[in-house]
Amino acid sequence: MTNLRALLRDRLVYLDGGMGTLLQAAGLQPGERPETWNLTHPDAVRAAHRAYFDAGSHIVSANTFGANRLRFGAEELREVIFAGVRLVREAAQASAGAQPKFAAMDIGPSGRMLKPYGDLAFEDAVRLFAKAARLGAEAGADLILIETMNDSYETKAALLGAKEATDLPVLVSNAYGGDGKLMTGASPEAMVAMLEGLGADAIGLNCSLGPAALAPVARQYLAAASVPVLFKPNAGLPRVEDGRTVYDVPPADFAREAADAVRAGVRLVGGCCGTTPEYIRALVRETAGLTPVPVEPKRETVVSSSTHAVRFGPKPVLIGERLNPTGKKAFRQALLDQDMSYILREALHQQEAGADLLDVNVGIPEADEPALLPRAVEEVQTVSDLPLSIDTSDPAAMEAALRAVNGKPLVNSVNGSQESMDRVFPLVRKYGAAVIALTLDEEGIPPTAQGRLAIAERILREAERFGVERKNILFDALTMTVSASDSAAAVTLETVRLIRERLGCPTVLGVSNVSFGLPRRAAMNAAFLTLAIGEGLSAAILNPLSEEMMTAYRASLALRGQDPHCAGFLAHAQAHPEAARVPAAAPVSGPEQADALPPLQDAVRRGLREEAAARAREALREGQTPLSVIETHLIPALDAVGAAYEAGKLYLPQLMMAAEAAEAAFGELKGALSAGAAEVPARCPVVLATVRGDVHDIGKNIVRLLLESYGFQVSDLGKDVPPETILAEVRRLQAPWCGLSALMTTTVPAMAETVELLHREAPFCRVMVGGAVLTAVYARQIGADAYAADAMEAVRLCAAGEGAR
Amino acid sequence: MTGALRLTEIPDGLDWDRREILRYALPGGGDAEALPLEECLRLAAGAGGGRVLWRVEPVNLPDAGDEVSVGPLTLPSRDLKRALAGCGYAVVLAATLGMEMDRLIARYRRISPVRALLLHAIGAERVERALDVFSAGLSRELAPEGLTLRPRFSPGYGDLPLTVQPQLFALLDCERRLGLTLSQSLTMTPSKSVTALAGIRPAGEGKGEQST
Repeated sequence: MTNLRALLRDRLVYLDGGMGTLLQAAGLQPGERPETWNLTHPDAVRAAHRAYFDAGSHIVSANTFGANRLRFGAEELREVIFAGVRLVREAAQASAGAQPKFAAMDIGPSGRMLKPYGDLAFEDAVRLFAKAARLGAEAGADLILIETMNDSYETKAALLGAKEATDLPVLVSNAYGGDGKLMTGASPEAMVAMLEGLGADAIGLNCSLGPAALAPVARQYLAAASVPVLFKPNAGLPRVEDGRTVYDVPPADFAREAADAVRAGVRLVGGCCGTTPEYIRALVRETAGLTPVPVEPKRETVVSSSTHAVRFGPKPVLIGERLNPTGKKAFRQALLDQDMSYILREALHQQEAGADLLDVNVGIPEADEPALLPRAVEEVQTVSDLPLSIDTSDPAAMEAALRAVNGKPLVNSVNGSQESMDRVFPLVRKYGAAVIALTLDEEGIPPTAQGRLAIAERILREAERFGVERKNILFDALTMTVSASDSAAAVTLETVRLIRERLGCPTVLGVSNVSFGLPRRAAMNAAFLTLAIGEGLSAAILNPLSEEMMTAYRASLALRGQDPHCAGFLAHAQAHPEAARVPAAAPVSGPEQADALPPLQDAVRRGLREEAAARAREALREGQTPLSVIETHLIPALDAVGAAYEAGKLYLPQLMMAAEAAEAAFGELKGALSAGAAEVPARCPVVLATVRGDVHDIGKNIVRLLLESYGFQVSDLGKDVPPETILAEVRRLQAPWCGLSALMTTTVPAMAETVELLHREAPFCRVMVGGAVLTAVYARQIGADAYAADAMEAVRLCAAGEGAR
Repeated sequence: MTGALRLTEIPDGLDWDRREILRYALPGGGDAEALPLEECLRLAAGAGGGRVLWRVEPVNLPDAGDEVSVGPLTLPSRDLKRALAGCGYAVVLAATLGMEMDRLIARYRRISPVRALLLHAIGAERVERALDVFSAGLSRELAPEGLTLRPRFSPGYGDLPLTVQPQLFALLDCERRLGLTLSQSLTMTPSKSVTALAGIRPAGEGKGEQST
């Protein structure tokens, strides 16, 4: 029998057509699970498979699209999958077709959305798909076909699960919308980067539209992919005729349009909804004389996120460096407190300032990095759609983060020492990342460009041995401090040029090191960046919030002809006019605000975030201590707003706006604290969660916001949180208060269970409850210590009972 | 007319109903001046017009009991039975704005709850608006046949439990056709989505009776 991988390599491969269409014709009812037909109507299923083999299909998919543990019990799942694969094999034997025939284990979406938008955890999804793939392999499938996936993260879970559970070839096909993107936003280029990295044997697209309408997406795949591309479109668009659904592209047109895709380079072709054996027969006839276009390996270095791809070169890529605790006291404290909102704000600011990637580093000695790094990655992904650079030297943290990331990440970093390469390259290979390789080794950093080039060459040889492609390596030419050695920067710049010219590999530099120990560091860094870009630097790791750096970057692009009509530079200049260097003018305030309120209090009461932050900075500059600013301005302003709210003079939105403003001011004060200075009075830790089974979190988020604005150390566990998780966090923080929220009557039992568990296992912690369905009476009935009717009440409870137990 | 599954796209670019949005955001009323509503409307501008997936099924209202059957669905609800009185058919539908709105809300949830709240409200207004546009269009199609479309009725209204959601999802093939998924607690992702039934009955019937 022909080997499947050889078939993929050598021939135009025919897939099958629609299955639902045929089963419906045989009597499958709307709402009935098609997979159960493998057991109840095996003859109909086998006949459909056989019709495709007779029509010329090489690969026919088992009727297992929805066969997973979310829809079937363990025993039933095994039966459905075993029967499903067996029916394809029987059909292959029964068919007289002379072509090589293969049975695919078909895997569709789980039916649930992954976190953070839905409630299915990524690793649970991996397990779910691994289970289905393993059963398919045990049942004798020749390959796995993952298809109709409309979410990038779920596609990754499925591919990872299939690869970890079996050695079978895996084909991956996504369903694109009319806008040429997946439902959750991924572009074709982003999907190609991620799926190739993770080791898919062929990738492509199915469902959604007809072949002509899907052709533009197929072309994007062909332009980016180094593996065979598959194409399984619908028979056009459905329309209703006499109460029946018919598709608007008939077999002959379908075959002609699909043949165009084959001429463009598609190598596996079939049909999806609305297509029948007649379509496949027409397709085989139409393409019989065509020679498949060879797959050209692509050499661009590409990373991707949940939405888009970023390619390195020729335009230099900016990697934001600010998600890194080195030298940042407030960041370290945020990590210790597991306060992710600090990190999220930094992420968003860098994206707004123009970063193309975000470097994520949470390495502090006191933290559990293998737990913290993937969590930071997950959180950053909810606010930013930039590709990430996973920055750690801890292999366990690196692997955990590589799993959690949505897209193809960059790894920061490997170096030329054997120990580093042995540790990092297997992870880079398995998870399909690109990697920054430092041009140093066991002996240290070579003082010459030739020395660094030699290390780069050795790293390339070693990478090949590990199966890491050359295009996935970016070399860091290593920025050294120019005040320590006159030739330091010159050597770095020469290394950039040599690596580009001799090896053709992309390069990266961390920029700011160059000016260490010198005055006017920003200007020095900007000049160095400009020179490095002149040498063909592919990427810079820098602070995108530095105006000097960004001006140098934008100017360099314009001068190199990489900024059409200087549009980028002009936009940058408009956002950062030179006049901005003049100290800010007095704030504009209407006459009604003129009455005597100190400006910071006024800003908080009016809910002006930026204004409040600016006023807090100003107060610090004037010599006030953070503590006095909090006590004399923030707390009184919040109290006044809270009182007005309770008196019905202000409404929830104003209360929230004020809290946001206070929090912004608070952030400035925290950031200003230095060792030895007066600490912000540490309010007690409070754990908040929406209980298991409940996904409503607006009210809980308001409580969090208000508690944080009052300086409480809030750990927000999110929504749908199991009791055990809440207990673990309460114990970790030794929190005297835990707040639980529930909106639906159906989830109050989960709340009662959580209260009971906390009282039994963490008697030091008092539990307050709130949410639409609760009342004081109800709260007492389920054993809660307190009922918070609203967010202000929650603040009062925590303030009154701080550490009291 | 019955049986076939149809997908109707509602175009983007309908006017915003600011009053309705504020009604969702401020159920207790209050001064909206302080809110960054216009900023949030700009953020949501690209969030799309919505898609409605639907099919028409025959209604069967047995004289006894509180169950209603709509095509293959068996729905335990006295309130729905009342809402479908006199209807020979019903539209079963699912509508969604898609993921963009959820992405926006997730982004602002942690950094500005006020904006997240407003985006929730904007999404709620958008999806209801899309359904209104859909219903108006369907009503126009039904009128020449002497039929009218009754108000929508969703799982979770009255005594129609959320537990019927999986049946509706299966009937409409929501996951595949709309990318709509159900969580364990039977809520939908994308979150700005609605499932509903709406009766169809002869225009003369039930005249003068209070609409539900």
